[in-house]
Amino acid sequence: MAVVELIGIKKYFGHVKAVDGIDLEIKDGEFLALLGPSGSGKTTLMRLIAGLESSTEGKIIINGEIVNEVPPRARGIAMVFQSYALYPHKTIFKNIAFPLVVEGLNKEEIKKKVLWAAGLLGIGHLLDRMPSQVSGGEKQRVAIARALVRRPKVLLMDEPLSNLDAKVRHTAREELKLFQREIAVTTVYVTHDQAEAMGLGDRIAVMNEGIIRQIGTPEEIYHEPVNTFVAGFVGIPPMNFIEQDSVIIGFRPETFLPTELIPDKDLMRLRFRVERVENLGSHRLVYGTIGDAKVISNLSLPYSIREGEEYDFSVRLKDIRYFDKEKGVRIKR
Amino acid sequence: MKGRYILERENILAPLLLLPVVIYVVLLVGFPFVMAFVYSFSNVTVGNPDYKIVGISNFIDIIGDRVFQRSLGNTFIFTFVSISIVLILSHILAEVLIREFRGKWLVRFLILMPWTAPIALGTIGYLWFLDSVFSPIDWLLRSSGLLGTPDSLLGPMSNMYWLGRSGLAMASVILVHVWRLLPLGTVILIAGMNSIPKEILEAAQVDGAGYFRRLFNITLPLLFPVIGVTVLFASLFTFTDMTVVWVLTKGGPPPHSTQVLASLAFLKGIQGGDLAQGAAISLFFFPVLAGVSAIVLRLAKKAVVT
Repeated sequence: MAVVELIGIKKYFGHVKAVDGIDLEIKDGEFLALLGPSGSGKTTLMRLIAGLESSTEGKIIINGEIVNEVPPRARGIAMVFQSYALYPHKTIFKNIAFPLVVEGLNKEEIKKKVLWAAGLLGIGHLLDRMPSQVSGGEKQRVAIARALVRRPKVLLMDEPLSNLDAKVRHTAREELKLFQREIAVTTVYVTHDQAEAMGLGDRIAVMNEGIIRQIGTPEEIYHEPVNTFVAGFVGIPPMNFIEQDSVIIGFRPETFLPTELIPDKDLMRLRFRVERVENLGSHRLVYGTIGDAKVISNLSLPYSIREGEEYDFSVRLKDIRYFDKEKGVRIKR
Repeated sequence: MKGRYILERENILAPLLLLPVVIYVVLLVGFPFVMAFVYSFSNVTVGNPDYKIVGISNFIDIIGDRVFQRSLGNTFIFTFVSISIVLILSHILAEVLIREFRGKWLVRFLILMPWTAPIALGTIGYLWFLDSVFSPIDWLLRSSGLLGTPDSLLGPMSNMYWLGRSGLAMASVILVHVWRLLPLGTVILIAGMNSIPKEILEAAQVDGAGYFRRLFNITLPLLFPVIGVTVLFASLFTFTDMTVVWVLTKGGPPPHSTQVLASLAFLKGIQGGDLAQGAAISLFFFPVLAGVSAIVLRLAKKAVVT
């Protein structure tokens, strides 16, 4: 399989700095999720790896070879597009077979490989249909089968689940992870959905304004965010922030609980004025304020809370993260 | 009260709105078509409006006529060659014009110009371009040494006589027609190319396809309905056109080197006064054009576009 290295990658569109200096190494067989809001440069970065864009500066290295001047077709990559980009005039079989036909394999081999890829994704019964005759979830599988059939060195996926409805998306995520483990192909997965990134990625690179703000395992990204952007972007609902003197104090909604429910002694106690309670079945989201700051508590234990009243809430000291007020970067305490 | 909403009832409003176009088609298309049909089976002439039905003798006469045979052949050559050239050139132009570059609007504007000019005026311009004595093309050829001296490539004569030699006359007629149809083809193809999702072409690129593979396996099949429409319109315009031929050569040089069905029908029916034979000739358009329309519409329906 393959290792992908990016060294000092920049991509400017006129004055717009889409990608503004990125160094990144994607390990062999790793599933790397590129997470960021729209316009953060994550898709551009993926297109640079694919060769669909050429970088303004920097080096792209796949398996030790600098591929900046190599066209997409010779990079040994495969890509799954957000819209799936199936060829509408070809049957599903011919769609999956296309990369092999281009490669010049003989009919026997093509058939064998298409059947293998179709079997892997459970779409063997659809091969004679046209793309317009299959569902969104099936199209997405076809797109993945077409990407995998050549056994690419690197698999690039650009928000492949975003066009699916919520239920299908969940099972698709599950399967995606399973089969990626099975074939162990180096994968770069672009998404703006943090649940996808957390659930799928071996590592997550959080991007914003063309640079990587943090890269790490899902646990690191969630529990040890290095700045307020990552802390505020990852997590639903995001981390709470309150300003105190020269620092910003951050804590996750699920660590912000009524004091009497926390067994620990090392606490920071806070007066929490409740404005609204949202009951979501398995848990409640309690919206309110501490001083001027809006905060949220994620409450999964039974506790009587009424809107408009003040409560004694706390956070364990070890769950608190401190950030610099000016720069927003993490401060160790 | 009952009649108050009468105009909101679909079964009354719909026929009412359709009426103008029905009247138009019946009067200006249907009536002349029926007349041509009736005339073609009669012996009517301009000088003798009362007529007898003579059966298919007009058709037998024209099919046996060498001039008609030549015109029919010319019409097919003229149409086929013009459309082939238009398709290739308009594809190349469309490929260029869907890309971003400086001054693109100017190039688009210039390419569209021939379509806005009255066809007869444009053709008169070409009449001068191709003049037997004053042709600027000849002047260029002469001054670059390709023409006019005993050992030059295009011969020792001082002029090419574009419209006076049968092969060159046909080429000239086709050239002017291509100039005329190119904007139409280009505009239709630009629209078609813009409708192909960019991601599909990128997917093909990532899948390993080079330019020509993408062109023949992805772009052209997806453009097929659009190309069909282009061919349909271009065939209709070319097959039935007589302006270019009439202004440039009037069917000449002898013997009828560039005569096409439309100009022959005009020559016989109007100038020659034999309305019956003119009508019979023009009826030959009908099966060909109906056939082309049917085939293209059917193919366009079959092709799948997202």
